[in-house]
Amino acid sequence: MDFGPHATFIIAAYAVATAVVLTLIAWVIIDYRAQRRLLAELERRGITRKSVAHPSTPP
Amino acid sequence: MAMPLIAYANPSRFLALTERVLPWLVGATAIAFGIGLYQAFWVAPEDYQQGETVRIMFIHVPAAWLGMMCWTIMSVSALGTLVWRHPLADVALKTAAPLGAAFTFVCLVTGSLWGRPMWGTYWVWDARLTSVLVLFLMYLGLIALWRTMEDPTRAGRAAAILTLVGAVNLPIIKFSVEWWNTLHQKASVLRLGGPSIDPAILVPLLIMAMAFTLLFVTLHAAAMRNEILRRRVRTLRLRQAQAAQGA
Repeated sequence: MDFGPHATFIIAAYAVATAVVLTLIAWVIIDYRAQRRLLAELERRGITRKSVAHPSTPP
Repeated sequence: MAMPLIAYANPSRFLALTERVLPWLVGATAIAFGIGLYQAFWVAPEDYQQGETVRIMFIHVPAAWLGMMCWTIMSVSALGTLVWRHPLADVALKTAAPLGAAFTFVCLVTGSLWGRPMWGTYWVWDARLTSVLVLFLMYLGLIALWRTMEDPTRAGRAAAILTLVGAVNLPIIKFSVEWWNTLHQKASVLRLGGPSIDPAILVPLLIMAMAFTLLFVTLHAAAMRNEILRRRVRTLRLRQAQAAQGA
């Protein structure tokens, strides 16, 4: 594949786009794992949506 | 048809839906990018004026469309937050902002990299380029606004108002090439009278646009799922603290 005299610009454009997309994918995956880990930690300590009712919520 | 959609407005049901749909979205996005990149590099011919740099258009144009589409989706979500107080509207708005910023950044950088060999400069302060830069700065401002407020409800309302105010920039971006004398070319796909691009280049461009749109839908659904989980963690911690105080 020959991109001619402007190959540097074409490759740089695709490299930047790829880097940004990969960063977004990594951000979503890392954030998901972090939130799941925090929820699991709270549940392990017995704090769940059912166990800790809001004080104003009637029993 | 409307009832099932309303049912998925519930955060728990939305989480269940994303668990089922996300693998399919990931697969569809990968296939679309596979076909789109093949078309962009091996099928599409070089342009008679732009030469090989036309290949930058296959990422620049979809990124530009998505940068604007993202703010449009955020504006609809802002209405959902302010008018209907929809439980997922605020989540959709917040999670779309970083994605919109990223796609607008890609649009600006790839446009700049195309401009240097074609226009002889990386940047000019013409109406189209400047209005897209303003869009990027507005995305950053919106993300910063969320980070300054601890209470997501208050932050959501402030962000919704700012989003609706910022929506005035969308027609300015779209029609800037018509209203002012700009270095940026006029619309060549979404225009009255149909596209002015040759099908050999238009088809790969549309496939890449579809791939980028699928990528956005996938990332947005995943980011919304993460935000719902984050709010659950926050609620549990608040309740835990309240229970500890009451004990």
